Parts: sequence; structure tokens; C-alpha cells
Amino acid sequence: MVALGRELGASYAFVERNFRAVRRYWGWEVVFLFYSIVNALTVAYIAPGGVLVAGQQFDADRLILFLVVGTVVWAYLNSVFDSVAFMVSWERWEGTIESTFMAPIRRVTFIAGSSAFAVLYSFARAVVILVVVALFFSLDLGAANWVGAFAVLAIGSLGLLGIGIMSAALPLLFLERGSQMTVVVQASLLLVSGVYYPVEVLPDWLEWFSVISPATYVLNAMRAAVLDGVTLIDLLPHFGPLMLITAVTMPVGVWVFGWAERYALRHGRLKRSG
Amino acid sequence: MQPAVSIDHLVKQFDPAGVGGAWRRALGRPLKDPIVALDAINLQVQRGEVYGIVGSNGSGKSTLARVVATLLLPDSGSVQVFGHDVVRDARTVRRFMNRVSVEASFFKKLSPLENLTFTARIYGLPAGEAHQRIFEILKRLDIEEKAIRRPMDQMSRGQQQKVAVARALLTSPVLLILDEPTTGLDPRSKREVQDFVREVCDTHDATVILMTHDMDEAEQLCDRLAVIDKGRILIEDKPSALRLEGETLEDAFIRLTGHAVEVHEPDKAAAGGGG
Repeated sequence: MVALGRELGASYAFVERNFRAVRRYWGWEVVFLFYSIVNALTVAYIAPGGVLVAGQQFDADRLILFLVVGTVVWAYLNSVFDSVAFMVSWERWEGTIESTFMAPIRRVTFIAGSSAFAVLYSFARAVVILVVVALFFSLDLGAANWVGAFAVLAIGSLGLLGIGIMSAALPLLFLERGSQMTVVVQASLLLVSGVYYPVEVLPDWLEWFSVISPATYVLNAMRAAVLDGVTLIDLLPHFGPLMLITAVTMPVGVWVFGWAERYALRHGRLKRSG
Repeated sequence: MQPAVSIDHLVKQFDPAGVGGAWRRALGRPLKDPIVALDAINLQVQRGEVYGIVGSNGSGKSTLARVVATLLLPDSGSVQVFGHDVVRDARTVRRFMNRVSVEASFFKKLSPLENLTFTARIYGLPAGEAHQRIFEILKRLDIEEKAIRRPMDQMSRGQQQKVAVARALLTSPVLLILDEPTTGLDPRSKREVQDFVREVCDTHDATVILMTHDMDEAEQLCDRLAVIDKGRILIEDKPSALRLEGETLEDAFIRLTGHAVEVHEPDKAAAGGGG
């Protein structure tokens, strides 16, 4: 019990430190947030723009909401993935990787702390983006099931964290290219998960990848909750695949990370690369 | 009495091809010769001792420090810290050991207080006690109250290095590994850090392993010294016993290794390429 308390305290240390770092880099945070908001607005304008380009009438308001949900959810998932996948790179960039890995804590404590920060930080950003975009377009979100939406985000985050943890191991294996590979994983998820379009528009071979992306299920469930106000009970079928993906990716992610760490310790790849 | 650190036939080699080495092996291509960083090292450090390891760049000092600090796995041989194997009982060893490296590794945008609070939390120190100790230690290091709350990138390298020693002390280690703690510092900062290390040695019941290429520093601070060159320990003894009559320690080093101690490049060290 004491040991568990100590590990939880250590996990909290990463949350606290990372939020303090965010505060110190507040100028960049404002810039990134501004960029994300402008990006969400730009994507949402595709809907009314589409009416003009296509020259026919369709429910532009529903399409705006479809795109806004996609953009905000992707902003959240992308940020969660980013924060987790780059946890090793961040430590290495700051020059603290050796002192962090030398601390007498379980590695899963480090991962849990970094993941908790990722979820809290990304959630706060996503809420700000959603509020600004909703006000900008005067979106009617009265029918949305927010409890269901929150549950979708919570469960959906876990599946993505597993993939993020696996990606976080890449910089332990490849000093220079690891972070680049992480970006490739991120971009692939964006393509196949139906962020801005239903995955059915993808070619069959590409659509197949959407089945293994947790982001696909998060986006589908979130649109059902926000656009159609589907009840929590009716959202349950969406949770099945997410839980299955989490059950696979989370333990595999932690195992891969442990394996990569042992590789790094054997080959001297922990230290800072410049 | 059980030694603080016991190293037995420690060998560490690096594959210059890195991950590419595995591909070469799989494809049956010729492998590059491995770099022998540590070649059958044997040594024992007694409790309470300040043990110096002197060598030039690339001699194996930092590799040895990293193996003892559980940051590198040995290829063969064993390293025990207070009877605990650094590979099998890494987490136990980490609990009573700390390391200060050539570069003060901190979140530079955070203040000393924030960085040390983080350390206190991951080492499980109670918040109230940690806060009090952080202020005590930092004040003893003559770091102004205002600076304690300012980002560390506004401090000089010497001050940052003192905070690094303070961080190590905060965790009350019984084994302190100082891996070139004064390299790249200006003379004044160097002397301040050395004075602080001396004070730590006098006031704390800790065993210290000091890796350095600074012969004056080694002579002033260490009870015993080992000279390391090309991954091998050439000799170990008290500093005074290593010198012949009329020799400085640097002269003795040149006589033993056949070359002078190279001037250290901080940038290279920062990239992990120290001795």
C-alpha cells in the first residue's frame, strides 16, 4: 500500500512538472492553441464552401458539426498521442532522460504520469477549441449527450495511449529517426480514422486500416453523441471495439517500451543525442 | 566489511553499427569491430571513501559511471552496490544512489525549486520535509531566494551544477557518483562546486566516486585514485603513492598512460561523448 502510494505520488510528479513546463512555455502554448482554433475554423468553413462549390443544397449545418467534431476530437487525440509518443524525446531534448530513468520508480509509473498529463492537458485544449468554434458558428449543441461524449473520450483515450506508448519506444531504439517514425504513425491515423470524412469513402484496402485505429471508433461514437444525442446505453456498442483495442495495445505498449528500454540500456542509446 | 561498490571483470563493448548491426548480422554482411569501452575492470570502493577515476576523453570513465548508475547494462562481469547487483536489483540500487553528470540535466525553463520538487516527489519524500530541505540546501549553496524561483536557464553553468549536486543530496544517497561535475566551468564556479563536494564528503555519510580528468581536483578530493585508459584500470592507489618524487599527478598520469590528458570539449560531453 505504501509502495503504491509512493508510485502514485511519483506519477503525479510528472503531471505537475509537465504542467509547470507548459506554463513556462506559455507563449508557445498560446500560439499552438491559436493555430488549432484557426485550423478548426478553416476546416469547418469547408461545409458552407462545399455548398457553393457543388452548386446544390445540402444540410451545411450538419456538415459543419460533423467537421467540428472531427477537428476537435482529432485535436484531442492528436495531442494525447503527441504528449505520450514524445515523452522520451521530450526528456531527451531537455537533457533529463538519464536522471529520470535512474529514479527508483517503476517504468509504468513514468508512463502513467506522462499519460495522465497528456489526457488532462489535451482535454483542456480541446474544450477551449470547442467553445471558441461553437461560439464562432453559433452551433446548436443543445441535443448533444455530453456525459456520453465524455465517456467516449475517456475510453477512447486508453486505446490511443497504448499506441502512443509503443511509439514512445521508437526514440529508444533509433536516436535520430525515432521521433520521425512517430510522426508517420500519427499521420497514418489521421488518414484512416475518418477525421474529416466517413471512412467508407476510402479505398477498400485503406478502409481496412480504419478497423484497427481506435480513433475511428472514438470519432463515430462522438458524432453519435454530439450530433444525434445518442444515449449512453446506445453508445455501448461503440465501446466494445475500443475496449478490445485497449486490452491489446496497452499491455503490448508497456511491454514494447520495457523491451526498448532494455535495448537502449544495452546499446547505450539512452543518453542525449544533441 | 562489505565494500560500497564491487566491480568484477566488467566488460562493455559497443556495436558501432547500432541497429544496423542487427541487419548486417541477419544479412550475413561483415560486422564492424566492436568498440571496447570497458575491458575486464576490477575494483572495489570502500564505504565512506572518495574514490577517483581519472582518465582522458574516451578512456571509459563515463561508461563505467553509467554502468554503476544502472544506465547501461554490462556485457559480462558484475557490479554490486552495497551487495545489490546493478542489473538484477536495479531499482533497489537506484534508491540509495545518485549521479551528477557533466551537464546539469534539468528542465531549464523550470526553477530550481520546481526541478527539486519534482525530484523529491519521484523519490517519495514527504512534501513538507522536501520543501524545507530544498530551501536549506539551496541557501547553503548561496543561491539567492529570488533565483530559487527563476528559470534555471537564467543561472550560470556553475550555479546549475551546484543545483545538480543539491538535487543529488536531496535524495540522501549513500553512493554519490560525480561524473566530471566541474568540466567546462569557469575557475570560480569550479572552485565553488569542489568546495561543496568537499563539504558533502565531510558532512554526509556517503561514498563518492568521482570521475574526472582534472588532476588537481582528483588529488584534492580523493582518498584513492584509479587511472583508466582504453577501458582498463592501469593502477590504483592513494594520490601521493601514484606520484614519483618531484612528479605532479599529471606527470604520473603521462608516465602511466603514455599520453597527456586531453582538453575536454563540453559540447562533446553534452552529447554523451565524455570519457
